[in-house]
Amino acid sequence: MKNRYDIVVVGAGPGGSMAAKVAAMGGLDVLLVEKRQEIGSPIRCAEGVSKKGLKKFLPQIKKEWISCEVEGARIYSPDGTMVEMAEEMAGSEVGYVLERKIFDRDLATLSGDAGADVYAKTNVTDLVLKDGVVKGVKGKHLGRSFEVECNLVIGADGTESKIGRMGGIDTTLKPIDIESGVEYIMTDIEVNDLCNFYLGNDIAPGGYAWMFPKGDNMANIGLAVLGKYLIKKNVKRPIDYLNKFVKEHYKDGKIVSVVFGGIPVSRPIKTISNGIMLVGDAARFTDPITGGGILKAMESGIMAGETAIDAIEAEDFSENELKKYEDKWRPTIGMKNERNYLIKEFFINLSDEKLNDLARSINEVKIKEMSVTGLIAMLIEKNPKTLENLSEILLKYL
Amino acid sequence: MIYVDRYKCGYCGTCVAVCPEAAIDLLETFIDINDNMCKACDICVKICPIGALVDEE
Ligand SMILES: Cc1cc2nc3c(=O)[nH]c(=O)nc-3n(C[C@H](O)[C@H](O)[C@H](O)COP(=O)(O)OP(=O)(O)OC[C@H]3O[C@@H](n4cnc5c(N)ncnc54)[C@H](O)[C@@H]3O)c2cc1C
Repeated sequence: MKNRYDIVVVGAGPGGSMAAKVAAMGGLDVLLVEKRQEIGSPIRCAEGVSKKGLKKFLPQIKKEWISCEVEGARIYSPDGTMVEMAEEMAGSEVGYVLERKIFDRDLATLSGDAGADVYAKTNVTDLVLKDGVVKGVKGKHLGRSFEVECNLVIGADGTESKIGRMGGIDTTLKPIDIESGVEYIMTDIEVNDLCNFYLGNDIAPGGYAWMFPKGDNMANIGLAVLGKYLIKKNVKRPIDYLNKFVKEHYKDGKIVSVVFGGIPVSRPIKTISNGIMLVGDAARFTDPITGGGILKAMESGIMAGETAIDAIEAEDFSENELKKYEDKWRPTIGMKNERNYLIKEFFINLSDEKLNDLARSINEVKIKEMSVTGLIAMLIEKNPKTLENLSEILLKYL
Repeated sequence: MIYVDRYKCGYCGTCVAVCPEAAIDLLETFIDINDNMCKACDICVKICPIGALVDEE
C-alpha cells in the first residue's frame, strides 16, 4: 500500500468496485479497501437483477456470475391470487439471479485490472480531517494500523454507511426507512423460472416475501419487514415471519445458508460533503419498492468515479465541485426513488382485502411491460377511481 | 447495556445503520457496541432480524 492516493474507495461491493474501476481507468491513483477477509461473503442479498440493467454496465456477462435466468415474475396477493408478468415469448429471459460471491469478487478484480490497488481485510476506521477538509483515512490492515493521504474518499460502505457520518452527513436510517431482512438458501425446492413475490400484512408487514430460483431445486427464500412494524412491543421478528412462511410454502426444503441484512427504503439523502461522495447503499439508493440496489450501486459508483476524475483534474474537492455528482444522480436514480418512495407509502397502507381486490382486477390480463411501473399502470387502468392518488403520483413524475 | 448474543448474531450491520449515536461497529463477525456512546434507545434491539441484541437493564 502506498502512502498517498488520489482517492480512497471504502467498501468493495458493486458500488465501490465500479467507482474504483472508472476512476482508475480515468488515470487516477486509486485505493479500494474492503474490511471483510473475503469480498462478497457472506452475502446479504436475494441476488435478483434485470438482464438489460446489468448489460448496460457490463457488456460482457460471465456465466459464473449467473445462478439462474428468469423469464418473468409472479406476485401473490394475501389470499393467493396470482398476477403473472412474463415476456410473451417463452425463452426470452428478463432477469438473472446472480451468484454474488463470485460476482462481487470479479467486480473488484475488474477495478484491479484497471489499475486500482485492492486490499481485503482492511478496515477504514477514521477520516483524517483538517479544518473540515479530508486529508486521508486511517484504518487497520490485517490488524496493523495504517494511514493514507488522499483528498477524496468515496464511501461505498453499504447499509452501515459510517463514512458519511464521519464526514458530517447524517445517514442514520429511521425505522420507517429500513427493511429488516432474512433469507434462507434452500434446496429440495420445486422451482420455476420466475421470481415469486408474496404480499400480505401477516406475511411481511410493510415488505414482501420472495422466492428466487437459484438453479436446480434451489432457491433464495426470504422476506423483509419494514422497521416501523418492529418497534412496537412484543412483535414477531423477521425470522419468525420467515419460519412461518417456509412452513406454509416450502416445508420440505433444506436450509443450506442463512442470510441477514437491512435494506434502506428512504427518500434520497444528501450524498456529498467536502472531499466525500457516498454511493450505493451508503447513499441509500436502494429502490424503496423492490429493495433492489445492486444496479443502483453500480450506476452511482460510475457517476462518483467520473466526478472524481473531474475533481482531481480541477484540483477542487469542495462540496461545490462534487455537486456534479448530485447533478448526475438526482434526475436519474433520485427521481425514480423519490417516486417509488411515494408509491411504496401508498401500498404499505393497504389492507389485505384491498390488495386482494387489486390483484383480482388484473389477474386475468397479460402484463407486457415487465416493470413496477408497467404493473402499476395496469392497476390504474383497471381501478381508476380507487387509485386516483396513485395516478397523481405517477403523473407528477412522468 | 445492550448485550449481543453471538450465537444468534448474523453480523449483517442492520443495527449499525439505525443507531442514532453511531455507537455500533461491525468488524467481520463481531458487533461492537461502545457503551459510552450508547444511550440505550433500543432501536437496534428492535430492528435486528433475529433478536440477537438484548437490552439488559
Ligand atoms: C436480504 C436482502 C436481499 C436483497 N435482495 C436484492 C436483490 O434481489 N436485488 C438487488 O438488486 N438488491 C438486493 N438487495 C440490496 C443489495 O444487496 C445492495 O443494494 C447492494 O449490495 C449494494 O451494494 P453496495 O456496493 O452499495 O454495498 P455492499 O454490497 O453492502 O458493499 C459494502 C461493502 O463495504 C464494506 N465496508 C463497510 N464498512 C467498511 C469500512 N469501514 N472499511 C472497509 N470496508 C467497509 C462492507 O464489508 C461491504 O463489503 C438485498 C439486500 C438484502 C439485505
